[in-house]
Amino acid sequence: MRAMVAGIGVALIAAPLGCFMVWRRMAYFGDTLSHSALLGVALGLLLQINIVLSVFVVAALVSVALLVLQRDDRLTSDTALGILSHSALALGLVVIAFLPGLRVDLMSYLFGDILAVSRFDIGVIYGGGLLILALLALIWRPLLAQTVSAELALSEGLNPQRANLVYMLLVALGIAIAMKIVGILLITALLIIPAATARIFSKTPEQMAAYAMLVGVGAVIVGLMGSMQSDTPSGPSIVVAALLFFLLGQLVGIVRSRSTRNA
Amino acid sequence: MADTVAKPSWQKDSAKEHVLVEARNIGVQREGRWLVRNVDLKVHQGEIVTLIGPNGSGKSTTAKLILDLLHPDEGQVILRPQLKVGYVPQSLVIDPSLPLTVKRLMVLTASYTDQQVTRALARTGASSCIDRPVQKLSGGEFQRVLLARALLARPQLLVLDEPVQGVDYAGEIALYELIAALRDELECGILLISHDLHIVMAATDTVICLNGHVCCSGTPGRVANTPEYRQLFGARAADTLALYHHDHDHHHHDDGSISGAGETCECPPEET
Repeated sequence: MRAMVAGIGVALIAAPLGCFMVWRRMAYFGDTLSHSALLGVALGLLLQINIVLSVFVVAALVSVALLVLQRDDRLTSDTALGILSHSALALGLVVIAFLPGLRVDLMSYLFGDILAVSRFDIGVIYGGGLLILALLALIWRPLLAQTVSAELALSEGLNPQRANLVYMLLVALGIAIAMKIVGILLITALLIIPAATARIFSKTPEQMAAYAMLVGVGAVIVGLMGSMQSDTPSGPSIVVAALLFFLLGQLVGIVRSRSTRNA
Repeated sequence: MADTVAKPSWQKDSAKEHVLVEARNIGVQREGRWLVRNVDLKVHQGEIVTLIGPNGSGKSTTAKLILDLLHPDEGQVILRPQLKVGYVPQSLVIDPSLPLTVKRLMVLTASYTDQQVTRALARTGASSCIDRPVQKLSGGEFQRVLLARALLARPQLLVLDEPVQGVDYAGEIALYELIAALRDELECGILLISHDLHIVMAATDTVICLNGHVCCSGTPGRVANTPEYRQLFGARAADTLALYHHDHDHHHHDDGSISGAGETCECPPEET
């Protein structure tokens, strides 16, 4: 039951963040931040500080590093992301090797451990989630305008750069919060797949964010029930459920476009 | 319009307060290369100023300087205080993954009532598009929607960067007529950017021929009589010339600098 509440919370956070990731073609950015989360985990264990905090700090630093690297015209965005993503992952693994006498259960960080969610974790998910959604609502207009055209946004008095920075930090925070539920390797899936599924049924950006939330929550419910019934790992089960929703959505999309063409 | 006087007011007064924006000797460089340099231009209220020139001649860069999207490394841009500017950027492509109807696009950067949105779209002849996804519009429809969007803020200056791209010939004429009509109606100034010559010349008050710097400028009639322009125009008509030459008293170098008198400049061919 606690797992279900936590999972739903994470799905609600991930869906709107994921929509912007899809619109801005930043899926690889999500991957990069989640890879850097392993370094955050390692450092958190090493320094004995809260893991959510250390993951957020590392992911935020990686976001800023990306902004700096992107200023260099000689590096394309995906090269910069590739450098950051894999360096952070490698650094994380190296730091883990240094942890004295501590056997880290890597699997639970890589794939999530939703059944070990505590009351405190739920508090973090809903508290952090409310903060993320509130800030996202605040920057919604400039961020969306920048997604369409940064020049248009700028010439009409909005501040797209600030919105962009806030968005990157929100993704970093979202990943830190969601990590325990779906794990480092699968966070991007929870960001991207519900958004991509919702696209087929949406006419406006706001509609797409709302539908993505529904799909995400549905995937958590179906995935966790399946996982309990067949004793499969919870994180991957949620992602498989999301994939099923996506395929179903594609099917509906195909049928609908056929019928409108024949009409 | 029925109630027009012999000449619109903007042609009569040359008073300074009717200058909306003035660029004085502006230039921008990137990595030691001047993208544009020594550009002077003025846009008055009710005036259409057209920047023409081949690709890479710095037209969009100049527009961005005027819009304060770029900061000049040299010279200055003086805008009339509290000037409201409407902008139609060049080659705006909206990712297909973003669901966006025309109606939603209209209120992207600021809130407007349904009535304001409908009226703006009606003014540019794009009413029928209102509920359609922006990615499904034709080139002409999309440009009309962008124009309507720019009108919402009741601009005193419109900056239109290649407003007829992706539009067929007949649609091009209609769009330029619309732009001229909007100027008369809103009494705004318009800075128009084009690499196209024929139609622009008919609907404009001042032409500035740009090629990294101002090659020639003036009224269409005056510019049309300069050797630079005649060369430009002749090449267009002949259509077979891959390069057009126009006789300059100076030479363009790759680094954007200009030197020498009596040399011939080869401008890149125009795209058709």
